[in-house]
Amino acid sequence: MMLSGWGRFPRIDCQVTRPLTEDALRAQVAKGGLIARGNGRAYGDSALSPGNTVDMRGFRHMLAFDAATGVLTVEAGVLLGDVISAFLPRGWFPPVTPGTKFVTIGGMIAADVHGKNHHKHGSFGQFVDWIDVMGADGAVTRCSRHENPELFGWTLGGMGLTGVILRAAFRLTRVETAWIRQTMIPAPDLDAAMAAFEASGDATYSVAWIDCLRLGDGLGRSLVMLGEHATFAELKLPEKRDPLLAPKRRRLTVPFDLPGFLLNGATLRAFNALYYNQGARNAGESLVDWDSYFYPLDAILGWNRSYGRKGFAQFQCALPLASSRQGLQALLKAIAAAGMGSFLAVLKRFGPQDSRFSFPMEGYTLALDFPVNRGTLALLDRLDRITLDHGGRFYLAKDSRMRAETLRAADPRVAGFLEMRGADARAETFTSAQSKRLTL
Amino acid sequence: MSTPGPVLILGGRSDIGRAVAHAFAAKGHPIQLAARGAASLETSRKDMELRHGVSVTLHEFDALDMAGQAGFIDALPALPEIVVCAVGLLGDQYDDERDFDAATRVMRSNFEAPANILGLFANRFETRGTGTLVGISSVAGDRGRASNYIYGSAKAGFTAYLSGLRNRLARKGIHVVTVKPGFVATSMTAGMDLPEKLTAAPEMLGEKIVQAVERRRNVIYVKPVWALVMLIIRNIPEAVFKKTSI
Ligand SMILES: Cc1cc2nc3c(=O)[nH]c(=O)nc-3n(C[C@H](O)[C@H](O)[C@H](O)COP(=O)(O)OP(=O)(O)OC[C@H]3O[C@@H](n4cnc5c(N)ncnc54)[C@H](O)[C@@H]3O)c2cc1C
Ligand SMILES: NC(=O)c1ccc[n+]([C@@H]2O[C@H](COP(=O)([O-])OP(=O)(O)OC[C@H]3O[C@@H](n4cnc5c(N)ncnc54)[C@H](OP(=O)(O)O)[C@@H]3O)[C@@H](O)[C@H]2O)c1
Repeated sequence: MMLSGWGRFPRIDCQVTRPLTEDALRAQVAKGGLIARGNGRAYGDSALSPGNTVDMRGFRHMLAFDAATGVLTVEAGVLLGDVISAFLPRGWFPPVTPGTKFVTIGGMIAADVHGKNHHKHGSFGQFVDWIDVMGADGAVTRCSRHENPELFGWTLGGMGLTGVILRAAFRLTRVETAWIRQTMIPAPDLDAAMAAFEASGDATYSVAWIDCLRLGDGLGRSLVMLGEHATFAELKLPEKRDPLLAPKRRRLTVPFDLPGFLLNGATLRAFNALYYNQGARNAGESLVDWDSYFYPLDAILGWNRSYGRKGFAQFQCALPLASSRQGLQALLKAIAAAGMGSFLAVLKRFGPQDSRFSFPMEGYTLALDFPVNRGTLALLDRLDRITLDHGGRFYLAKDSRMRAETLRAADPRVAGFLEMRGADARAETFTSAQSKRLTL
Repeated sequence: MSTPGPVLILGGRSDIGRAVAHAFAAKGHPIQLAARGAASLETSRKDMELRHGVSVTLHEFDALDMAGQAGFIDALPALPEIVVCAVGLLGDQYDDERDFDAATRVMRSNFEAPANILGLFANRFETRGTGTLVGISSVAGDRGRASNYIYGSAKAGFTAYLSGLRNRLARKGIHVVTVKPGFVATSMTAGMDLPEKLTAAPEMLGEKIVQAVERRRNVIYVKPVWALVMLIIRNIPEAVFKKTSI
């Protein structure tokens, strides 16, 4: 069947199976050329393999929960949103969450996802106690920081290329309420935004929406949003009556592909101006329910169709702290000059990260998407170049078009990853369209 | 509000049965899962308990063991408030045209066995004076077609049985829901190329069935478009219909 990632580019004809048992999965592994697929929220071709794509959502059971420690054990195909539905009412929340709850736990581990609390708590992998991984021979290995630490380390952020994650145990975080106390700080330019991040290292959550179409004085104007889990005492009536229950949000659906011309420099500029001014008016504190705070886009099902039929490409890079300011300026200038950008461009401060192959590094990360066309593909190549020049690297979960040389130039860890994959026949057994393109 | 009563799922391993169980469990109903080889549903049981904080029990059940049906009911920890029958067998039309044992098996699995067990529950519910029966039939029972008439005719029988049961019990406070799903993406249909707009996810069935029970609906098609599709299919004159291949 025709399959794509969330960006709907590229679309590839893939053989898809959905095993329900370990034996059925083992039979697929034996065929080789396999990639595990979670909920397809990676943007590009990470979870596509023409000959052997395995839909892991059949492994969908929650296995155990320890209410004393908050350790939840699940099969890899369990959705993050289901974890929240089951455990938020009991006062537990995921320790790290990406900007959508429609991801599987396996996908979160394979991409070692980061959230708005990365500067403080690190990536999801920090909270994973152990995983069970099926290797090329079909055997299942339990691994953790103490047991088979090599496999554990490479599998976090390994994009499904080290084996198939079957089960995982991870720690949930205690919360008193389902609400977030948000502080909105309007930042008229990039320096102000970075200053706001640097001044708010203690905040649990921080993220900025950045206007990527402004040039000159307002380059990098942003709305920086800080957040804390609200305590029970901070709630008022009527929320106090059901502190762990937030109102159900209305769902909208984008039913069909919007024509591509709806997204152009003019509409974007208008949207961005409106959005910034609205945000600036709402500066200060407010209480926001968990769903609207963490997953604003989830309310619009199928929003990826708003880019039209050709799909879109995400760009996300991380820059080291020392070169962040310069690098971000160069990136933003290139984007604004090209007059192309997205409604949603996100800037975030990363904290330190020490891991084998995960994406984050201490510094700043910028993420935005572009409708796919010749102009934007050329722009993306330019952004790659700027990122390389500033010592940055790229998020594989977002990538759909990078060149193999670019990845190698950006990431000296590739050599170690290849060596790891070379052992135990992993390299032939686990491949994705992305791993082929990037010769991983 | 009184505490929700237990819901029994016959065919607890099926994707649809499982989704219905989750939907009722999410509303606080204790769940009884009945299936062949029930012990192997332990992971499912634990999962349901973890997600919804309700009690879930497993019960060995082979629908074709007609003699054992009454004993099965008596052995349940409590007479359920709601019974959902998801038992069914699609078979292979082409092979079953040539193998009468196989054809009989399809007919019995979709009609005789489900009808009988629901009939037994109906009698017990009648004595008690409350209860809801949900039978999962199929649009395939709305008109016999070359591509699946063995399965379809059995479902037609089941649909008629449910309708009669509903008629019999309507004034006794017992409600009967007939569910006629179109395409559902489950292991029964795995590998088939189903049209997206006509295909429901099992979770949608779960939601719709809970709704149908709460609102005491009689017959539901799950995806409303199917009511229209089947209206058309039922009304094609036989002289024309016999030459089509749908
Ligand atoms: C709106 C939106 C917002 C996002 N925000 C963020 C964010 O803030 N931070 C962030 O880090 N990411 C973010 N992402 C990216 C997303 O979190 C990752 O791509 C995640 O991996 C998707 O999980 P999935 O279950 O959909 O996996 P898929 O997209 O299906 O697969 C992603 C990768 O995981 C591998 N994989 C999946 N399951 C398994 C398994 N069981 N065993 C081995 N490998 C497996 C696949 O092979 C593939 O390489 C966002 C995505 C969207 C659409
Ligand atoms: N999928 C569709 O498109 C679709 C459309 C319309 C109607 N339906 C109906 O929906 C119901 C559920 O089907 P499904 O799609 O979820 O497929 P399924 O997984 O094949 O479900 C059928 C279930 O019936 C059980 N079963 C069969 N014979 C049995 C017996 N003798 N005793 C006990 N259990 C028995 C099977 O149990 P085992 O697991 O032990 O084999 C299986 O769990 C069926 O009645 C089906 O006809 C499905």
